[in-house]
Amino acid sequence: MTRPVEISVPKAAGELPNEKFVELEKYIDNLDTTKGALIRILHKAQQIFGYLPMEVQLFIARKLNIPGSEVFGVVSFYSYFSTQPSGKHTISVCMGTACFVRGSDRIHEKLKEELGIGSNQTTDDGLFTIKDVRCIGACGLAPVIMVDDKVYGRVTEEDLPEILNTYRQKTIDS
Amino acid sequence: MTVYRTNILVCGGTGCVSSASLDVYNKFKKLITSAGYDKEVKIIKTGCFGFCEQGPIVKIEPDNVFYVKVNKKDAEEIVNEHIIKGRIVKRLLYKEPNSKRIIEKHQNMPFYKKQFRIALRNCGLINPEDIYEYIAVGGYEALGRVITKMNRDEIVDIIKKSGLRGRGGGGFPTGIKWEITKNNHSDKKYIICNADEGDPGAFMDRSILEGDPHNVLEAMAIGGYTIGADKGLIYIRAEYPLAIERLDIAIKQARELGLLGNNILGTDFNFDIEIKLGAGAFVCGEETALINSAEGKRGEPNYKPPYPAQEGLWGKPTCVNNVETFANIPAIILNGYEWFSSIGTEKSKGTKVFALAGKINNVGLVEVPMGTTFREIIYDIGGGIQGNRKFKAVQTGGPSGGVITEENLDTPIDYDSLSSIGSMMGSGGMIVMDDTTCMVDVAKFYLEFTQDESCGRCTPCRIGTKRMFEILTKITDGKGTKEDLKNLEQLSYMIKDGSLCGLGQTAPNPVLSTMKFFKDEYLQHVVNKVCPTGRCKGLAKYKIDPEKCVGCTACAKVCPVECISGKLKETHVIDQNRCIKCGACFEACRFNAVIKPK
Amino acid sequence: MGIKSLDELRKIRENSIKKIDLRNQGNEGDNIEILIGMATCGIASGAREILNTLAEEVSKKNIKNVKIVPVGCIGYCHSEPIIQVNIPGQKPVIYGKVDKDRAIEIFNSHIIKGKAIKKYTLDIDFERAKQL
Repeated sequence: MTRPVEISVPKAAGELPNEKFVELEKYIDNLDTTKGALIRILHKAQQIFGYLPMEVQLFIARKLNIPGSEVFGVVSFYSYFSTQPSGKHTISVCMGTACFVRGSDRIHEKLKEELGIGSNQTTDDGLFTIKDVRCIGACGLAPVIMVDDKVYGRVTEEDLPEILNTYRQKTIDS
Repeated sequence: MTVYRTNILVCGGTGCVSSASLDVYNKFKKLITSAGYDKEVKIIKTGCFGFCEQGPIVKIEPDNVFYVKVNKKDAEEIVNEHIIKGRIVKRLLYKEPNSKRIIEKHQNMPFYKKQFRIALRNCGLINPEDIYEYIAVGGYEALGRVITKMNRDEIVDIIKKSGLRGRGGGGFPTGIKWEITKNNHSDKKYIICNADEGDPGAFMDRSILEGDPHNVLEAMAIGGYTIGADKGLIYIRAEYPLAIERLDIAIKQARELGLLGNNILGTDFNFDIEIKLGAGAFVCGEETALINSAEGKRGEPNYKPPYPAQEGLWGKPTCVNNVETFANIPAIILNGYEWFSSIGTEKSKGTKVFALAGKINNVGLVEVPMGTTFREIIYDIGGGIQGNRKFKAVQTGGPSGGVITEENLDTPIDYDSLSSIGSMMGSGGMIVMDDTTCMVDVAKFYLEFTQDESCGRCTPCRIGTKRMFEILTKITDGKGTKEDLKNLEQLSYMIKDGSLCGLGQTAPNPVLSTMKFFKDEYLQHVVNKVCPTGRCKGLAKYKIDPEKCVGCTACAKVCPVECISGKLKETHVIDQNRCIKCGACFEACRFNAVIKPK
Repeated sequence: MGIKSLDELRKIRENSIKKIDLRNQGNEGDNIEILIGMATCGIASGAREILNTLAEEVSKKNIKNVKIVPVGCIGYCHSEPIIQVNIPGQKPVIYGKVDKDRAIEIFNSHIIKGKAIKKYTLDIDFERAKQL
């Protein structure tokens, strides 16, 4: 059994509040073992913070008593982990083969044009982030995009403005 | 519970009842009882078989023999010949109308099921969140029999004789994998389920885990018992939240009923399963990379040997099998290796699940016996090409595979036949393409994928796939030369030879395969600077044929840049300066008036 | 409450087996079942809404013998959402491309009046391996 290290570091940095670090620390301390648990911890950390900034990566490194470079090495290896905060809504464009054959590249281009950003970028108003995903497994509905958890199937270029507006409207309403 | 050796299924559907199937049912009951077989043979009234025209229908299981137009007198003959003496009554078998060929096995009947479902047998039938429903269909019986009545060598023997091969793509015999891991002595061993379904466009494993998670858990426990592991891991993509949730529920339920944990079913066998999440890396489907990732590290592959069966997770002997492979195991244990090996081709036994997608009418999952042809899958099951367009190619094996063209549509699908025509079985993605799909563009798509997913460990793969992607982009932009084609081919062989793992070794396959079968299309791109399908925007020039245009305005309506002008019922014209060559007008036109550049 | 032996497992199976039989072949019993394909593709094309609609109908019309069961995917992604209606003594009927309106229509005709709606049904072209 490998146990986490007890550390005392300033548990807040810039925009990152103390409670979130406390929550993460509690999660790490409660694991049966930290052996082999780095990816699991990173998943949890990303769930708590929304992304994995340097401060969080270093915090995890100190807790596990491993070099920060090792943590960064893992974070940068996997596409699921992000070191940039994302917008309020994440739009995932499926880039799987089935969607590709049915024209997802056009949807992708149109979306980037509509929002004026590229993949893995966030709009200036902080509302949308575009992500490319590899197959979400809804090939029957190709081409598919996913806004947060909602899947839109058989999407056409013309549908996009309307879909985006629904989310813009939601933000205004709230 | 009484175990019956044979079931006689008599159709009780409306059609058959009207042709007196109830009399046949009663006759069977009487005959079996008076012959003293009522403890061994069960007579079941079933729902409709969907073949009322030939009713009454009687099916004998597990022999899977299908009799048609059975009357009371025939029932006597079936009992005397088939049930007592084990001889099939040929006279009552279904005859194919055209060829007069006699068809014995139910699944061979043409009207009927091209599909036979073993791995998917419970999907869509039981509630995946209710362990009792899984138990009701015979779940955990195989595990029970194995751990109470069989020794480990017997199980290895059954799996070996069944002919089951790895369904993740490699096709390595599962029984041998188990045997090797079993024979490596160690204080600790692991069994891992590879649910890192990375081929974009494939979702067989996801469907199995979402529809029948206990099937996989049970099989892992059987595997664990066989190889001597008390710990199993399921390595699953984080992109499959629903599958993860259902696995989680299934594991909890199995623990509650003591089907996972210590002293399973009162034996001294202990086994538990843990879920490990991936984090988005295609290379983690490779078993050594998967093991590194399961240890929380970067998912880079290792040099083999040592194989995982020798030194795997935490340096201990480890057996890695794919989800679909596992999903076959309980059925093999319960029905016997003879049953399983009777399905399929000489060297590929059983069935294979394919995710059928792309330009096909019936997108979905199909499970067919090995040896089924592409034509049967695409036309009989898949319902043909969307919009009645012309079939061009079908890709199997995803980014590691290749295309199959018209001339090979009648190839019986198995591991070896696919390799021999330059593709591979792969995990089961099957993408159908029609005449609007550009093959150079498809190759570019796959290379974009692999250059992005290359883990970067080996230079040929890391840099080579990038260069290949650049050359393909150059060609689709209309700037390619003949020299580029030569370089592409040369690079392909260098990457294949110089890479450590399967990702690099197979990454050039889509290029090599499309270059082989569609050489002309490549040449058109580089020599004539045209893309025959009009997909490659850098090359396309669309025109409207004034002879054929009826002025329906369909093209003008779909044009995203509004560069098509013309009044209703008058010939339309494309403004070439504003045209972005998206091809939308071509697809919209019902009169074949939009001409793609030739 | 763990299962202690293979015999115990078999006893549990005996008790659970009836409801599954109904799905395969339409045996006796008086409970109607509606199966809904709730895998990713089903949910993505709106299976959850159909489930809610049907559950509403059941409670609105105060019908006691109908059970709604979420199941996995039968592979007919092209026709999702898919529901299967099992009425005792009848061959199970599978419906494809079920939207809210169709769901209500099917409910009123098939569940209430016992009349299947042919034009929405799907043909099944596969056979399942038997486990026992």
